[in-house]
Amino acid sequence: MSQPSPPYQVGREKIREFATAIGERSPMCHDVVAARAAGHPDLVAPPTFTVVFTMPRIEALLREPAFGWRFEGTVHGGQTIEFHRPICAGDELITTVEVKNLTIRAGTHMLTLRCESSDQFGKPVCATEALLLSQADGDTV
Amino acid sequence: MTTYAEGDELPPLRVTLNRTDLVRYAAASGDLNPIHWSDRVAQQVELPGVVAHGMLTMALAGRMVTTWLADPAAVRSYQVRFTRPVPVPDVVDGVDDPGGAVIELSGTLRSVEMVNGVRTGRVDIKATFEGKTVLGRASAVVSLPH
Repeated sequence: MSQPSPPYQVGREKIREFATAIGERSPMCHDVVAARAAGHPDLVAPPTFTVVFTMPRIEALLREPAFGWRFEGTVHGGQTIEFHRPICAGDELITTVEVKNLTIRAGTHMLTLRCESSDQFGKPVCATEALLLSQADGDTV
Repeated sequence: MTTYAEGDELPPLRVTLNRTDLVRYAAASGDLNPIHWSDRVAQQVELPGVVAHGMLTMALAGRMVTTWLADPAAVRSYQVRFTRPVPVPDVVDGVDDPGGAVIELSGTLRSVEMVNGVRTGRVDIKATFEGKTVLGRASAVVSLPH
């Protein structure tokens, strides 16, 4: 398990930028009044916003020389996202990363990394699992 | 008024991606992997050229679901496999190819059950590019409107 990350502060403009980039036009992602009218404390992040604060943790882990992973050429094979509650602007998320599974199949390393994120009150917010694939060293295709 | 009954088809979504969309997503997501913006690097790893971020395709399919529910907060869990890359054509004379890469998204409300007093549905998702599946085993568990 990695050291917990420094807090990631979920900002309104980052939610709007992300929602715009995926074409999500829900007022709850753009308009604070609409988000509050729907019962949320602030703007709501689209579900796959989790990439924004988990990917830097994953990349840092994979680039650690001691971890021994070939970062270049890594392929994203699959992704799961689970929510305890929606992510909202104002959240300060602390994320830990752990290796859930590592296997080699047909010369390919298959690594599953699990990220768990909690808010500034210590309450769990979401958990994600990324399946990452990389050619095993010394093997040829 | 949608009733969200078992077997319902979601309104399908057809999205055309161009290089500008990938750059915008790269900046918004923080995923700066050069296979999403450099043909040369993409070809070094035996891709035909720049490909869309898998997480962008996942996000677009998620958007189909949240638009249908009119609620971006309704998703409880969401999972996909990335089964095939989506190549996105280069700009021509500085202008995005109007054809772009067309992703077709559809979904079905497969099952409905009560979970802790909340009407909860499982949505099976299909995503294709040029008729071939790009998201495998794609499904979301969502809270349904009352």
